[in-house]
Amino acid sequence: MKRVLTYLGLAGVIVFCLAPFYWMVVSAFRRPKDQFDSTPWPSPWSTENLRAVFDPDNMFVRALLNSLFVAGMTTLLTLTIAVFTAYTLARLDFRFKNAVLGLVVATSMFPGISQVVPLLKLFIDIDWINTYQAMIVPSLGFALPLAVWNLTVFFRQLPFELEQAAMTDGCSRGQAFRKIIIPLAAPGVFTTAILVFFMAWNEFIIAFSMVNEKSMQTATVAIAKFTGMRGFDQPFGTQMAAAVVVTVPLVVVVLIFQRRIVSGLTAGGVK
Amino acid sequence: MAIPIPPVNTPAKPARKGQDAKSTRRFALLLLSPTFLVLALVVGYPVLAGIRQSLYAQAEGLDADGFVIEGERFVGLENYTALFTGERGSAFWNAFFNTTFFTATAVVLETIIGVILALIMHQALRGRGLVRASILVPWAVPTAMSGLLWRWIFQPDGVANAILNQEILWTADGWQSKLAVIIAEVWKTSPFIGLLALAGLQMIPQDVYEAAKVDGASPWQQFRRITLPLIKPALAVAVLFRMLDTLRMFDLPFVLIGGNKDSVETLSMLAWDEANNLRYGVATAYATILFLYIALLAYAFIKIAGADVIGEARARKASVKKGAAA
Amino acid sequence: MRRIPMAGVFASLALVLAACGGGSESGDGDKKSAALEGRGEITFVTGKDTSGNLQKQIDDWNSKHPDEPVRIIELSDKADEQRQQMIQNAQVKSDAYTVLNLDVVWTAEFAANRWVVELPEDQLPISDLLAPTVDTGRYLGKLYAVPVDSDAGLLYYRKDLLAEAGIDKAPTTWSELFAACDAVKAKVSSAKNIDCYAGQFDKYEGLTVNASEAINAAGGSVVDEQGKPTVNTPEAKAGLDVLVNAFKDGHISKKAITYTEELGRADFNGGKLLFHRQWPYQYASASDKEESKVAGKFDVAPLPGSNGPGVSTLGGHNFAISAFAKNKATALDFLNYMTSTEVQKANAIVIGKAPSVAALYNDPEVVAKFPYMPSLKTAIENAKGRPKVVKYGDVTTAIQEAAYAALNGSKTTDAALAELQTKLETLTQ
Repeated sequence: MKRVLTYLGLAGVIVFCLAPFYWMVVSAFRRPKDQFDSTPWPSPWSTENLRAVFDPDNMFVRALLNSLFVAGMTTLLTLTIAVFTAYTLARLDFRFKNAVLGLVVATSMFPGISQVVPLLKLFIDIDWINTYQAMIVPSLGFALPLAVWNLTVFFRQLPFELEQAAMTDGCSRGQAFRKIIIPLAAPGVFTTAILVFFMAWNEFIIAFSMVNEKSMQTATVAIAKFTGMRGFDQPFGTQMAAAVVVTVPLVVVVLIFQRRIVSGLTAGGVK
Repeated sequence: MAIPIPPVNTPAKPARKGQDAKSTRRFALLLLSPTFLVLALVVGYPVLAGIRQSLYAQAEGLDADGFVIEGERFVGLENYTALFTGERGSAFWNAFFNTTFFTATAVVLETIIGVILALIMHQALRGRGLVRASILVPWAVPTAMSGLLWRWIFQPDGVANAILNQEILWTADGWQSKLAVIIAEVWKTSPFIGLLALAGLQMIPQDVYEAAKVDGASPWQQFRRITLPLIKPALAVAVLFRMLDTLRMFDLPFVLIGGNKDSVETLSMLAWDEANNLRYGVATAYATILFLYIALLAYAFIKIAGADVIGEARARKASVKKGAAA
Repeated sequence: MRRIPMAGVFASLALVLAACGGGSESGDGDKKSAALEGRGEITFVTGKDTSGNLQKQIDDWNSKHPDEPVRIIELSDKADEQRQQMIQNAQVKSDAYTVLNLDVVWTAEFAANRWVVELPEDQLPISDLLAPTVDTGRYLGKLYAVPVDSDAGLLYYRKDLLAEAGIDKAPTTWSELFAACDAVKAKVSSAKNIDCYAGQFDKYEGLTVNASEAINAAGGSVVDEQGKPTVNTPEAKAGLDVLVNAFKDGHISKKAITYTEELGRADFNGGKLLFHRQWPYQYASASDKEESKVAGKFDVAPLPGSNGPGVSTLGGHNFAISAFAKNKATALDFLNYMTSTEVQKANAIVIGKAPSVAALYNDPEVVAKFPYMPSLKTAIENAKGRPKVVKYGDVTTAIQEAAYAALNGSKTTDAALAELQTKLETLTQ
């Protein structure tokens, strides 16, 4: 009985998550001419939209690589910085700790759209237009608050006694951190990494404003520039095809890494 | 548990024991500085520029040759008081209500669904990989694309109406457009909460449950008494950040329903609209008011739901210290 | 102490702020009517071109002007986002953008804010271009942008169904149109449930276009020749009431309140719509047998009016030169190149863009491919521009607000237009 319920819930969840996505896939594989159809599957199937996405003129492969680099660097930097910050907040005893946490979270309370013009001004002054750092640094700023808070919570939940014990046993603070804390916090660190990566991967407005060179644009920006065949045509099919192209590899890669990293770290760390 | 003991390190020990508050503080400052540097550059600077802007007004009107009179003048809080009067006032309160309503309903639904997603992802079932993959999908779809997808679904002849066998005008101004926004929002972001809650679940040692089972606790009791309290800190952070994001919601209603529609206009959209019409002073005043409102709600939330996120560690630390001293 | 001092955070932010000062300085001096100088590399900023034809033309230019190459900067597909990015760049006085592809309604705003420079009329082929399109590039009598393509609404109609109902020509007035629809529904069994008419009625720029057309068609106007608002008149009310009443009596389907160009196109191509107000771009897709159920069964005519043919609202794009750009002399040459008959003809033939060069509408090659060109020329020549106001964004929002409320019945036409009049008076002061 319990199993049946579980599987029923499971089916419900999958439908909830995938039904709209299914529609996206179906729309991607219709011919552009059939984009207003509402048949449950494409008839006939067509890769025309996909081919349109990878039309050399769109430089979509290049855009994907740009996205990969920007999101990857953002994730790496965010986690590096956030891990230290979070550790400090979770473990060290000093005054104004809550003020620090408050300040950090306060930076994600301002509507993002009002940050574009000042940043654009700044980046023009320091000659950052059409560079990767013009996209990475703002993304870093947007992702840090979540990363710091999230990791702080996870670090705080870890058994402090273990670290203490390790240090009494002669580990340096750094060693204790690396050998005890990081492996234990792996689920938290990894989850944070996924969230940051996705955030950076989907960032649009900054990448859109700071870059005007086609070879530097990210995938989300490239998609925004898709057009229909003529006039007011909305390239819905092509956009959906592109959305599938940016979504699916992301999920697959995360899954592969997740198994590897989580099992690897936990196996190596705590036994 | 095997913990390597590098003997080289022993000389440092006495020094560390004598660490005083000052050096801890210096160390902390060092570790915190990169975060502060980035946030000051990327957020601090624009926010300050924005707040300054909100105290100025662009010169209005045209000169004799039909050119816009340039320059801006200091108006103090005039941009702020302007938000609450006349037509802008009613637009403000409408957007204020929408923003609050969207946040309250969407975040509650997301939290419930997110926790369910986490519990299911945590089950050791066959095909777990597939389940996790499907749960990640909505969160991975770029926001603008998901807005577009839902707009297509909610068209008068779209698939939503086909399934419901109705002709609901989802994207027209009215209550149904609110519902459309909430559905799309919940779909997109429940996985966010799900992922963070899952990370919380993964940190619960299995033996806690074993013990509970031995005590004869029902699954519901286990959930209420063990799971929920233990994932609460992680969940609180997830909910907090969802709140911050939903309160600033812009893209989704804009793409899905369209701008200037009273039923879905949010405060961010109002700010965007003013900026779009080159009234930067008023736009940043909206942004600042929204900031204050969010800060207030976040503070309240941390006080009520998240207090023990911060408190717990301190309490534990205090007890550890006491234990160490004893 | 577990409190998070948000108030403190905010106060300290405010303190630092005092030190920030500075910001944008005002007054750039009047640079107007200075000669356009400088030669060298320039950029051309535009929404993405769909045909690939643009790149070909640029390549052609670049091979002829190796020292003055043009680089395309593609903006988003959405007009809103294009405008926003151009304004952003103007605000930071960036020289990254040289030639701007502007929507016709942006001219006043860009000119009055000194974001684009005045153009020397004597150095451009103005006399070859359709007069109403050139007019969209003027602000207070001076030329700031030169038209490269135009657009006007047409009435798409099902000639097969009209013929079956015994009607042999397209309706020229609203009453003829609705009567024709009733006749088709009564006499043609396969079209019993067909929708009569649709335009673009969702709350966006398309509604401004459609509402203005309805008002103009009844002899009213949104603003008069001097730019004074005139929407609170019996003519304007009668015009908007045509649409309001059609929504009420079902001649326009309820769902059309959500319609943009694309949803209407789907309906018309799918055979669910008898009359459709649409831009010329749909002609090609409606004629495509694979995509459309109505290929060969439709035709286009001028929009209907109250007592005779109606008035279309003018669309299209103009090119302008950014005030902050270098190499403005090259930019001017480039404008001349893009408005030349040769380049425009290629554009017209490849993508069916309505040219600004008048002679092309009667060019046999163009007409052979797009038979609607002559009627489009008539439509453009009789078309009316949208209000030329610096605060166009606010004006169009106000028009949409009023028209949407009247169409969905939340306000009476009288009340909506009276309020609109007051608002427009403030905005155009």
